[in-house]
Amino acid sequence: MSEPILTATNLKRHYEVKGGFMKPNAIVRALDGASFTLTPGKTLAVVGESGSGKSTLARVVTMIEAPTDGELIIGGRKIGPEGASRDRDLRAMVQIVFQDPYGSLNPRQTIGQTLMEPLLLNRPEIGAAEREKRAREMLGMVGLRPEHFERYPHMFSGGQRQRVAVARALMLEPKILVLDEPVSALDLSIQSQVLNLLMDLQERMDLAYLFISHDLSVVRHLADEVLVLYLGQPVEIGPKEQIFEHPRHPYTKALLSATPVADPLMRKERIKLKGELPSPMNKPEGCSFNPRCWRRLDICTTVEPELQGHGHCYACHNPVPEDETAAA
Amino acid sequence: MALLEIRNLSVEFATHSGKFRAVDGVDVTVDEGELLAIVGESGSGKSVSMLALMGLLPWTATVTADKMEFDGHDLRKISARARRRIIGKDITMIFQEPMSSLNPAFTIGWQIKETLRKHTDLNRSQRQDRAVELMRQVGIPAPEKRLQAYPHQLSGGMSQRAMIAMALANKPKLLIADEPTTALDVTIQAQILELLTDLQRDAGMALVLITHDMGVVAETVQRVQVQYAGQRVELQEVDGLFENPHHPYTAALLAALPERATEKRLPTIPGVVPGQFDRPHGCLFSPRCRFADARCIAERPRPASADLGYALCHYPLIDGLPTGKETAA
Repeated sequence: MSEPILTATNLKRHYEVKGGFMKPNAIVRALDGASFTLTPGKTLAVVGESGSGKSTLARVVTMIEAPTDGELIIGGRKIGPEGASRDRDLRAMVQIVFQDPYGSLNPRQTIGQTLMEPLLLNRPEIGAAEREKRAREMLGMVGLRPEHFERYPHMFSGGQRQRVAVARALMLEPKILVLDEPVSALDLSIQSQVLNLLMDLQERMDLAYLFISHDLSVVRHLADEVLVLYLGQPVEIGPKEQIFEHPRHPYTKALLSATPVADPLMRKERIKLKGELPSPMNKPEGCSFNPRCWRRLDICTTVEPELQGHGHCYACHNPVPEDETAAA
Repeated sequence: MALLEIRNLSVEFATHSGKFRAVDGVDVTVDEGELLAIVGESGSGKSVSMLALMGLLPWTATVTADKMEFDGHDLRKISARARRRIIGKDITMIFQEPMSSLNPAFTIGWQIKETLRKHTDLNRSQRQDRAVELMRQVGIPAPEKRLQAYPHQLSGGMSQRAMIAMALANKPKLLIADEPTTALDVTIQAQILELLTDLQRDAGMALVLITHDMGVVAETVQRVQVQYAGQRVELQEVDGLFENPHHPYTAALLAALPERATEKRLPTIPGVVPGQFDRPHGCLFSPRCRFADARCIAERPRPASADLGYALCHYPLIDGLPTGKETAA
């Protein structure tokens, strides 16, 4: 196995919210202590409900925002709380593809201009002819036709636009691609085309993917490792097979059982979670999942559990027993 | 007798570049207390056909149908006034975005009680009691307090529950749920789907679930209607549909699901859904179909028999293989 390209240790991102008149300022712990590594050619999937800190994680990894605390090492270089705004080469190494291909492309730029802009800004030493050549090559690589070069985004369907967004992200030859729900805005018949493209590109360019999704069937197909977030904290991380076949954290198990499976003959036991995600401004005492958990012990309401285990880690005082998980 | 019967429904929109046919000869039948799913991608006309039934389309739309009957009323002929007595009482609808379908300027309670005020002769305190009862029925904690809340004070899941409470206020015979859980998280989605199916079973209400999620279909409904580009391409019981789809589109759609994939590369459907200007003459799916031949490109198919899922195809599939090709050759 090759060396990790990105190592994150206890990564945190907190936001301060003004309290208003006579109220103290509050701190939102959007991301609260995530540790993981990304390896070339491998995919780490991040799953969780809305408000679990998935997108904050994406913003920190892409260096759009600096971490408040913790350590982020990308390609051997450390990114501290001051961020990486001065380091162009470092930022070129990590690129992002957003969820909505309708909102993420500039409607007034042709596809060609969109693809050439990253080179124009970050590689001024490259001449105009070379820029265009590279952009046209990239167009072919993501499965678009040469005549698309002069067209505008509104002339494309959602799937084609997402291909353009992927092409743009790859123009600077990044090592890491952050995919923030790249297929959830697409129709089912188009989704599989884009997923295949992503798998092809990863193989060909040895990219490390950070794949953020709430669709567990896509995650199961694509990921090598899975990180489950709940209220900004990792509750379980491990190889895909372990997470899907033997989830140990009650939240992971509940999430898996809540996902509908496209097989009418398979009747499964569903764990119903009560209530909804609490506000990250006032997290519950102890384990943040305890108000919704069906395996809660007294200790859960007072002591915060630590991530334990090796390879397959989970943060729980009363994990789902190994033999029980096999049936799920 | 069927509760709702729609025959040959078409909806055309007048756009500045000509007419666009969003729904093209669709039949829908729903029996009393039944649970039907309408599945399709964007542009398949699944929402528009139900909006046409509700009379909620803008003036640019022209609705035609051979038959459009609900519970003995001919919906094509009745006046707008008579239609309003049915819509919101016997037929109700909930939408995808609970946040944008509630009025932000009024409390949840006011909005629930409004439908009671319009359709029943309950007095003020009876309406309040009924609203509290409804809120409890859909699983909203502290209902008296939540009735005074404004929509922005509720989460997405709670807003959708409030929408459902509103839709149930007058004990409807038919509830149309248009992608009710698409905007919600999976754990909340599971709660809402269970709530809807429980209500359908216990109250004897018919439920039409519009969705694009095959997982939701497999786990909740009995009968599935698959739509493509404004046409109904297949209608089957859910078990049969997943096991032995008869239309090539249904088969391809199911094969493209990551969870049914057998290898790393997913099977794909080439091309995109036809738009306003590239509608094929023959079968609408023919440009993307792997079984298509000259006849499919030239000639419009007719629905097959009931045991072939009414598949709108010249060569309906049986066990994944097209039938009837020999006779055509």
